Amino acid sequence: MNAVLDDLDAYLQAFGYTLALFVISGLLSLVLGTVLVAMRVGPVAVLRAAATTYVTTVRNTPLVIVFAFFAFFAPIINIRFTWLDVHIGRFDFTELFGAAVASLSLYTCTFVCEALRAGVNAVPLGQAEAARAIGLPFGGVMTNVVLPQAFRAALPPLASVQIALIKNTSVAAVFGVAEAVAQMRTFTNSFASQRLGIFIAFAIGYIVLVEVVSFAAARAERRWRIA
Amino acid sequence: MRRMKFRAAAAAVLLASALAACGDAGEDTEGRDVEANENAAEEFDDGTRMKELAEAGTIKVGVKYDQPGLGFMEAGGDVPTGFDVEIAKLLVADLGIDPDSDNVEWVETISDNREPFLQEGRVDLVLATYSITDERRQVVGQTGPYFVTGQQLLVPSDSDVESIDDLKGQEVCSVTGSTSIDRINEAGAKGVGFDSYSECVQKVLDGTVAAMSTDGTILAGFAAQNEGQLKVVGEEFSEERIGVGYSKDRPEMCEWINDVLEDSFEDGSWAEAFELTLGPSGVETPEPPALDECAA
Repeated sequence: MNAVLDDLDAYLQAFGYTLALFVISGLLSLVLGTVLVAMRVGPVAVLRAAATTYVTTVRNTPLVIVFAFFAFFAPIINIRFTWLDVHIGRFDFTELFGAAVASLSLYTCTFVCEALRAGVNAVPLGQAEAARAIGLPFGGVMTNVVLPQAFRAALPPLASVQIALIKNTSVAAVFGVAEAVAQMRTFTNSFASQRLGIFIAFAIGYIVLVEVVSFAAARAERRWRIA
Repeated sequence: MRRMKFRAAAAAVLLASALAACGDAGEDTEGRDVEANENAAEEFDDGTRMKELAEAGTIKVGVKYDQPGLGFMEAGGDVPTGFDVEIAKLLVADLGIDPDSDNVEWVETISDNREPFLQEGRVDLVLATYSITDERRQVVGQTGPYFVTGQQLLVPSDSDVESIDDLKGQEVCSVTGSTSIDRINEAGAKGVGFDSYSECVQKVLDGTVAAMSTDGTILAGFAAQNEGQLKVVGEEFSEERIGVGYSKDRPEMCEWINDVLEDSFEDGSWAEAFELTLGPSGVETPEPPALDECAA
């Protein structure tokens, strides 16, 4: 534990990267997941099939393979993130970070989509029919009537998906992002005698992050409860 | 007596491998043949770990699987190759165990699990580019070094980079959590970690990072694999003393390991192992390093 306390800066910086990965990929995954679910429940057969295929394929692929795709295969076919070159304080967000965010969001959005689809199914059919009856187009039905209710109904599983995302960011440790697990391995490598303390220190960091998200989700659930 | 036998065996090996070298000029190195010391069990004192191992006739050795020239397992291979492995074979043979038989279990020890594996007894010896540090000596036994190396840079052949100072603020690849990453950061560059050195090579080749860095001998192996595309540059900017790890509960192993290493320095088997494994990537055989004293 002393090793971590003596170098608290490195510890916090590492969790800073974890947090950045989580926040950016979390938001992107919510947006992409919403688009996917709209495609999946929408009236266009081609889009429905495309979204279904994407979700079943990516959801059944291990995350580390998705990462490996963006790290090793994508550059060969010229899918790169070289345009990303942002430096804020001691944080550098470069190509490797971009690839990590892409992997995490494209993976997590499939789970978001499925959680939301459960939410959409929970909205009584009459709601959508009534919305159509007053002349709303598909987009209007989704954004004004169905999705707001679906999000509320799907809040608990969505929170679980986002919590899983926090822990999934650790895969980026071996794909060039100096996040918490990468830093932990640096610590355990240099301070072999303090392994247990180092593990505990990093476990606490993850627990804090997860607790914050759970707390926010619980509050949102109470606040947005339907009727 | 023991030494005589060992030297005789080493001489035989020398001859055999010289002959083998005539027939096979390919770069496919099978490693040296090391013959087991037959009377090993009688030579060690009762109650020592060496005696136990010699009597049991089996041993578990922790090595790396992903470092060409040092400890490397071919895809589908069953015995790893490299300099670490050659030194391990000398130790194993001294215990009277045939290093090429199934009685030796080669266990992959990645950087992170070397200490736990020794502490839990899952391996008896670790020869896995294991740098000797005071911190590690608090939890495991380490002796040697049998090899001293330092960190250099591997860059694309057309790169202008000449030293780590040219890379201040830029990303340099190495293995996540390794000492090399620390040294890169200390030198002012930004260390980014991947799971293995070969993945870093890939990232240097596709241009995501400007360079990768770790021990020069490892880099030499990759430069040889990718001739014309990659080159090793720069002065060594760190010193790693590679030693043998053993359990801290068995301090008697230290003297024995040092004796075997000392023998191999004297009879030339050390130099020969070096030439065979690291020679092909263009590393010159150095003088054998001075061994640390064992704590009494």
